[in-house]
Amino acid sequence: MSSEGKQPEQSSQSKEAVAKVEIPPVEKGIVDKITTKFGGKAVLAYAKPRRIRFNIKPEDAIEFARFLNDEVGFDQPISVAGTDYPKDNVIEVIYHIGCCTVPEYRSMVFAFALKLPRDNPKTPTLIPVYRGVEYHERETFEMLGVIFEDHPKLQRLLLPEDWADIPPLRKDFNIKGR
Amino acid sequence: MIQLTLPSGIQVEPSEDGRILTLSVGPQHPGSGHFRLIVQVDGDIIVDADPDPGYVHRGEEKMCEYRNWIQNIPHLERPMIADSCGILYPFVLACEEIGSIKVPERAKYIRIIMAEINAMIFELYWLAIYGIFLGHSTMFMWPMGDRELLIDLAEMATGARVTHAYFVPGGVRNDLPDTFRDKAIRQLDYFKHRLDQYKDIFYTNPLFLDRTERVGVLTAQDAINLGVTGPVLRASGVEHDIRKIEPYDVYDELDFKVITMKTGDSYARAYVPYLEMYERINIIKQCLEKMPSGPVRTKLGPNPKGPVGEAFKRVEAGRGELAYYVVSDGTPKPYRIKLSVPSFRMIAAMPHLLKGAKLADMPAIYWSLNYWPVEADR
Amino acid sequence: MLKELVNPSTFNAFVGKLEDVLVRAIDKPLGYAINWGRLWSLWPVHLETACCSLEFGAASGPRYDVERFGIIEAFGSLRQCDLVVVQGTVTRKMAPRLRMIYDQMPDPKYVIAMGACAITGGLYFDSYNVLPGIDGIMPVDVYVPGCPPRPETLIQGCMLLQEKIKRSRFK
Repeated sequence: MSSEGKQPEQSSQSKEAVAKVEIPPVEKGIVDKITTKFGGKAVLAYAKPRRIRFNIKPEDAIEFARFLNDEVGFDQPISVAGTDYPKDNVIEVIYHIGCCTVPEYRSMVFAFALKLPRDNPKTPTLIPVYRGVEYHERETFEMLGVIFEDHPKLQRLLLPEDWADIPPLRKDFNIKGR
Repeated sequence: MIQLTLPSGIQVEPSEDGRILTLSVGPQHPGSGHFRLIVQVDGDIIVDADPDPGYVHRGEEKMCEYRNWIQNIPHLERPMIADSCGILYPFVLACEEIGSIKVPERAKYIRIIMAEINAMIFELYWLAIYGIFLGHSTMFMWPMGDRELLIDLAEMATGARVTHAYFVPGGVRNDLPDTFRDKAIRQLDYFKHRLDQYKDIFYTNPLFLDRTERVGVLTAQDAINLGVTGPVLRASGVEHDIRKIEPYDVYDELDFKVITMKTGDSYARAYVPYLEMYERINIIKQCLEKMPSGPVRTKLGPNPKGPVGEAFKRVEAGRGELAYYVVSDGTPKPYRIKLSVPSFRMIAAMPHLLKGAKLADMPAIYWSLNYWPVEADR
Repeated sequence: MLKELVNPSTFNAFVGKLEDVLVRAIDKPLGYAINWGRLWSLWPVHLETACCSLEFGAASGPRYDVERFGIIEAFGSLRQCDLVVVQGTVTRKMAPRLRMIYDQMPDPKYVIAMGACAITGGLYFDSYNVLPGIDGIMPVDVYVPGCPPRPETLIQGCMLLQEKIKRSRFK
């Protein structure tokens, strides 16, 4: 229960230590498949049992997602989350994808994150690959101000129609009185 | 020609050639709940549907950042007050993973019992409202009455009817009373007898079959790509249940079946939860047999805080796969909590299923998707 | 005698006396009868605002039966209803619609604010999208506290409203 009004800052570098522990074999298979195809463009953040996370650039997003859906087998979109890191001046958009068809991968959740500059966050939409992310991306747009290019209907979803303030989930939006 | 402009700027008037009419099935409607669907109809056929949620958006994710970890527990229950244990479960699991907290065995069994009871409480309410949407008022009264049996059990264990605030990181708040076991077995046996009667009045009723068979068919490929989950996915033939795939707590020691159906229409989506209720009763009885004795809570210090880290945990709530993405930065308050609720994922399926359907089929399709507006808006 | 009656100067006094007698004889029992009719047939609008709607639904179930008090959810239009039960949090997107519903109902109409969120904003008092209570947009008759209130509390709130109607003057 802190009595100051400001949020403590979070550095996004501290939790991205590349895995120094042994990666389990099934996850290692997936990681190798991706690193052979993409090389240095996809950076592994961690590969714990049943959870893998990569960091990629917005330009490679559609190609990465298509490879993930068609070749590797992760085909069910679970969620799209956006987090604001004002200390590093980035907004991070992270996609979590699950698998319904390949039996060995069904218990795993694959995450890939894009780091966008805070002043001009733009990334291509992934609707051509996963149709289910349409409404998730609309919500990230209105809550954080991230623009998804080529989205068929990028409008407000949950906020009232006359919302005239900055996007609420940014860290510089302060709730009144706190 | 009458022209009416609603507060959001939608024009309710026929189009140029007079065929397509825009209707607002609004927040005050016996067939919609607290949610609005803007449909465009050509005669009786729906041409386009545009969901408009947000009437209960209370800013849950932003407000969680202003409260500490334990204060968030009654706060995060409220989006889904009937299935409150289901929506708290992944949060508690994620906190335990970030902080590496060990949970005693007895607490794991109690958590499963309460989660299954809560899932049934919501599914009976959902069945009751489904009955009243289609005009079957006996199907409203019977599940509402039988639900009270299960709410009695929950009240006996925790003290509150619906929002229990019972799960905490480290176990559960208090132990079950001694008379719980006998009362639970008696109530569950009576409830199973009642479940058999539902089939006679509802699931074999020719009017219900007419209104829901072959209505709103969702194929397995579409279901996976659109991201739907839970009984809706299982009714389309995909066998995907988090309790079997990624068992959390002690689900790997329990014995139950995963129910799937092949047709993928509204009847299948209404029948799968009903069959799952038999399995849930089975799970609760097994837990009551196998529960060891011992402590139920690992007490944390006042104002706890964990190390820097993130966790993504998912759970099978009553409606489907509920997932939490929790980011912690070492302070007593969380940095970011993202709830990925099953109701929000169903919104993507609504325009897909409603295009080409008749306007009178809209309640049958919309409610069969297991959608709860308060949870989708958070 | 008839000539005296029809005489203009005494006619007014005669009519005034007649009105006095009529009011005393009929107005009070008629008022009781009309209030009795209103008490036992309060029809709420089918409007669910937020999570308290679950306990309202449970109150219509067989265990806590509100139908025996005459409170039937009329599934017709809201032009036939005289009670609005605001169940739970009212957000800024919902507020103009709520006011529209209130304006469309005919007189006499009553408002019950159910749940802590409808009274003062409740658990979400500091949210960016929540109204701190519905007092600002419509006049409330009965406040029912709780989060969510038990169905028995809601029925007690309805009975308080019935007391209030019993004491009101028929217009």
